[in-house]
Amino acid sequence: MSGSEHPDHLWRNPDPKRSYDVVIVGGGGHGLSTAYYLARNHGITNVAVLERGWLAGGNMARNTTVIRSNYLWDESAAIYEHSMKLWETLAEDLDYDILFSQRGVLNLTHSLHDTREAHRRVYANRLNGIDAEWLTPEEIKEFCPIVNLSPDLRYPVMGASLQRRGGIAKHDYVAWAFARQADAFGVDLVQNCEVTGFDLDGGRVTGVQTSRGPIAAGKVALCAAGHSTVLAAMVGLDLPIQSHPLQALVSELLEPALNCVVLSNAVHVYVSQAHKGELVMGAGIDPFISYAQRGSPHIIEYQLAAAVELFPIFSRAHVVRTWGGIVDVSPDASPIVGLTPIENLFVNCGWGTGGFKATPASGWVYAHTIARGEPHPLNAPFSLDRFARGALIDEHGAAAVAH
Amino acid sequence: MTRLASGGRIDRSRPLRFTFDALPHTGFAGDTLASALLANGVRVVSQSVTYGRLRGIFSAGVEEPNALVQVGGGTGSEPMLRATQVELYDGLVAESLNARGRLSPEPDVARYDKLFAHCDVLVVGGGSTGLAAALAAGKAGARVILADEQAEVGGTFLGGRDLIDGRPATDWLAEVATDLAALPEVRVLSRATAVGYYDQNCVLIAQRRTAHLGPAAPAAMARQRLWQVRAKQVVLATGAHERPMVFAENDRPGIMLAGAVRTYVNRYGVVPGHRAVIFTNNDSAYACAIDLDDAGLDVPAVVDVRPNPAGGWPDRVRERGIEVLAGQVVSDTAGGNRGLESVWAGQRIDCDLLCVSGGFNPAVHLFIQSQGRLRYDEILACFVPDEAPQAVAVAGAANGTFGLRDCIQEGLAAGAAAASAVGFGDGHPAGAPQVETVAEHPIVPFWLVPDESGATQFVDLERDVTVADVRRAVGAGMQSVEHVKRYTTIGTGSDQGKTAGINSAAIVGALLGQPVAAIGTTTFRPPYVPVSFALFAGRTRGQLFDPARVTPIHPWHVAHGAVFENVGQWKRPWYFPHDGETMEQAVLRECRAVREGVAAMDVSTLGKIDIQGTDALRFLNRIYTNAYDTLAVGHCRYGLMCKADGMVFDDGVVMHVGPDRYLATTTSGGAAAVLDWMEEWLQTEWPDFRVRLTSVSDQWATVAVAGPRSREVLRALAPAMAADAVSFPFMAIREGMVAGIPARVCRISFSGELAFEINVASWYGLRLWEAVMAAGEPFGITPYGTEAMHVLRAEKGYAIIGQDTDGTVTPQDLGMSWVVSKKKDFIGRRSHRRADTARPDRMHLVGLLPVEPEDLLPEGAQLILEPRQEPPVAIVGHVTSSYRSAALGRTFALALVKGGRDRMASQVYAPLPDRLHPATVTEPIFYDKEGLVRDG
Repeated sequence: MSGSEHPDHLWRNPDPKRSYDVVIVGGGGHGLSTAYYLARNHGITNVAVLERGWLAGGNMARNTTVIRSNYLWDESAAIYEHSMKLWETLAEDLDYDILFSQRGVLNLTHSLHDTREAHRRVYANRLNGIDAEWLTPEEIKEFCPIVNLSPDLRYPVMGASLQRRGGIAKHDYVAWAFARQADAFGVDLVQNCEVTGFDLDGGRVTGVQTSRGPIAAGKVALCAAGHSTVLAAMVGLDLPIQSHPLQALVSELLEPALNCVVLSNAVHVYVSQAHKGELVMGAGIDPFISYAQRGSPHIIEYQLAAAVELFPIFSRAHVVRTWGGIVDVSPDASPIVGLTPIENLFVNCGWGTGGFKATPASGWVYAHTIARGEPHPLNAPFSLDRFARGALIDEHGAAAVAH
Repeated sequence: MTRLASGGRIDRSRPLRFTFDALPHTGFAGDTLASALLANGVRVVSQSVTYGRLRGIFSAGVEEPNALVQVGGGTGSEPMLRATQVELYDGLVAESLNARGRLSPEPDVARYDKLFAHCDVLVVGGGSTGLAAALAAGKAGARVILADEQAEVGGTFLGGRDLIDGRPATDWLAEVATDLAALPEVRVLSRATAVGYYDQNCVLIAQRRTAHLGPAAPAAMARQRLWQVRAKQVVLATGAHERPMVFAENDRPGIMLAGAVRTYVNRYGVVPGHRAVIFTNNDSAYACAIDLDDAGLDVPAVVDVRPNPAGGWPDRVRERGIEVLAGQVVSDTAGGNRGLESVWAGQRIDCDLLCVSGGFNPAVHLFIQSQGRLRYDEILACFVPDEAPQAVAVAGAANGTFGLRDCIQEGLAAGAAAASAVGFGDGHPAGAPQVETVAEHPIVPFWLVPDESGATQFVDLERDVTVADVRRAVGAGMQSVEHVKRYTTIGTGSDQGKTAGINSAAIVGALLGQPVAAIGTTTFRPPYVPVSFALFAGRTRGQLFDPARVTPIHPWHVAHGAVFENVGQWKRPWYFPHDGETMEQAVLRECRAVREGVAAMDVSTLGKIDIQGTDALRFLNRIYTNAYDTLAVGHCRYGLMCKADGMVFDDGVVMHVGPDRYLATTTSGGAAAVLDWMEEWLQTEWPDFRVRLTSVSDQWATVAVAGPRSREVLRALAPAMAADAVSFPFMAIREGMVAGIPARVCRISFSGELAFEINVASWYGLRLWEAVMAAGEPFGITPYGTEAMHVLRAEKGYAIIGQDTDGTVTPQDLGMSWVVSKKKDFIGRRSHRRADTARPDRMHLVGLLPVEPEDLLPEGAQLILEPRQEPPVAIVGHVTSSYRSAALGRTFALALVKGGRDRMASQVYAPLPDRLHPATVTEPIFYDKEGLVRDG
């Protein structure tokens, strides 16, 4: 695999203009998809995406690329299923082979409690129009033969829920595909441009100060995951987000061995085999709060113990690289997408471990919110003020650390 | 054969047989697979991953991008090992790979272990620098660990021909090794590669212990060992990696790094060709020309990009009659299916070996992992270590110090300084030995041979990436080396771009018109070399993956045929089937025994936290939703705790066991989380509280004796303990002798029946249980498990936290406002007042009676109001618990239903794959609503 499958042109590298209708702060997957949908769905193209480093170099470059929509609660299911539907035509829409592969996502259960919760989710998904099946161990054997189904396992596999439409895509390509189309609409993607402050006029935001000079803006949309808290603090806004390191790892290229995505909460594995052949695996969250994109070694050790436990065939594979991303977690483990108390300032963060799979829908609803000045029905429940009101959408139980 | 008749560090008296792609070969002890292949004339070792091009051995170390092999036969083979790192053994079986490995389905029965160590000074790298550092630190008295990746220390200079104090450097090496061995506080780890450098000077070292022994490896010996070393000071003496040159057709077998060729000649006695050309931009490769000339090869030319290479090294080469083509480049090569045949350097030169050197990149991987920063050194033409936040020093070639004399001096100084920094010695090292040096002609940075023809110029051999790919990425708009990496895949192979990364940055810079210093490197991440999953996993496999916890009574349960359930880490009896009984029959029988006679359950797994201190009462009042001010010593009280969001988190019973002393129980699975939660509040929010928490879950064994006849059993066991309802009221605690064992007895019931929970020190647990069973025998006492317990509590409408709740349920939702104080503050209280948390149509815990009495709703089933079928359907709730009841003679369930308390007697439906299942909403209590049986 080499560069030859990519388009010849991705983006210009413009200097920032002095003023835009909309300035998006954060050039990750969500920022880029927001820019694209602002242009495509709402005809707003006088837009800049300001990125402190390189485009899509944060969590977009660090996640394990799992895509699924089988969330428990109606509100979550609706937005992630909207995302899934967008994924299903995204390569075509963006004219870019993003290697979207609906190979199925298995969620293994290892206890009566797990099994009860998995059934609950399967039943709820079906009522929400999301494909969901329950597999017995025999059916798992059929679907994914290398899972260790031995009853001698410390936590034997009792069954699994399966979303066949779930799968993976190539994260970098997704980001570049959005970036390329946004650029083609005339959106300025400005890299190495750090926002250092905000210009306010009364209770209204009018622009940003950056490492590349001041930029006036009709509207400012924060889209910087965990660092949104740092940005919001510049205008005195205290976002209820905690950031933790989350590590992931990859093996060398291997002949095909794993044909689907496998998640297990109890034994804590989430793994897939990428198109080129490397095993891609997420590890656990370091409990401390940090913006450092690195974690502790024991997390990796535990992760691989779990992987070898569930997939004995992985024993002799090698880790060639580990890395860390930052998960931005809200009190109910659901995102915050919507208005802020400051006029013309919008916020989109708190996706935690769900950000990659939400990339298209997040941009879709955020663009709507920015363009109309009011939330799309899909993100209305994910407002910032829900923490004051108490209308939480608690995905801790159902999402836990699964991705 | 290309093996020299003499020389090298191989043992020609010990031939070793091996096969490569099923062909038999012979090497010698001391060979690597790579050196043995070269000695056997094997030039093609793989085909490239994308283009299928023939590739040969390129290096002699960890940086190898081509010679990736599958090693091992019958007992399961290991993928993607570097032939340059595989020590030869008799019977070795290796196969070539196309940069993609195969996972063997054979179970991996080898043992992998871990070792944790502390030291004053950790020295990484056993080359000249590292040895000097370890020696200096060790002689100062520091506790030293020296980790070296090879089978013998010496590093690069095992492949050189330097003189120290006028003798071969290997003599000096042997002396240092002897000196180190004599120092009691110095430990030398061989075959040990430092792979990760984490915070607080924690370094992971992967040590290969038996692979080099092949089938002769002792079965009991761990195959690999993962060391986790905490060092007060770290000295990185990790050397440098030679850079290839980038030119057309630069990937043919026979094109090798010049330093690697020296290693093959001098260390392994192998000449990897017959006629060799050198292509360089620095002096180091001239030594290669001399070594090859001495080994009898024809060396027609040294091609040097520098316009006028002069001084010691070029002169020595010219003196031998070797032509130096100054200011020239190798711009193309030709060859066939055995690799290189000629090169073009302004003229065609026939050769089957091209030794390239583009300079050296200090191996700064671990330094970067330690959060050190790099700077670009214009004179050395490489990135070198700059600032370091941790207690680390970098010395020798890793620091951009390349001469042997300077490396030894810098190593000695770094070792002495590291020891001194932690209190050993004065920081002044002993004198360095005399090393002959030759004045060097400076390197001229040279990143890419210009090519207008569109020829293939490889940047990354393992990932098959060319200059054209880099050009395309930059042309598409990419300016960051991180983007180019992802677009082209440069540096993403199992070699992590050790030979490709810096060249690629320089080429990106050239295309953008920027210096390499401005482009920078991508981030180096652990592990430095690939590490097997199995090694990271270590012993944490099988039953040791998460060791099961069992109670002291467990052997009895096993002996009596219990079926177990995993509850958290615990093994708990789920039910006790009699011969021929189904689970359903057994559970109904166990339930009946509790309701009608007497039964016993092992409840030792409940979490138990001992809470002591003068602020214990204040603490409890804040942690639990209800108040404890009125709880007298000798009594206990049910308690519920919420998280800050007001949602129920755990529950249990708080016993007031003495002045300022309480014992709180938790759910079996929640004990650790509750203790963490309590400690978090104590340590971070209320540090002024005088409270100490101690986990005593394993210190107490507890037997619940439940049922109308339980009092008779207790009387038999504890004749001195007044057990009547007046003397021993509900929620009272009594201490005394039970079955001759000191015990604390609580009148607590989770079934609604008269019940006693008997707590004894855990080592008496089994004896107590046996005494209970014996005393209960006349009354037909029945052991019961978790399933019956669940049914019985559900009949009474008692929620199980974690089953009937899911972190989104308030005490009010459970209908448990009675346990929420209106007077005092507690965690979660403010959240209960939020508009949406106080809404009347939240999910409430209710009872469900399926319309058909035999209809058992599955737990997790969703509930709807209208029997519509097409999604999306509005969900009003879900079934949390569902059972058959012996007492009710029918099925029943608990459920969370939206506005459930306002839907009493109304109908809901569970849409299941087969059909809609109707059920009627009821109060969540089905048995003894008036509480008449509690006192027996």
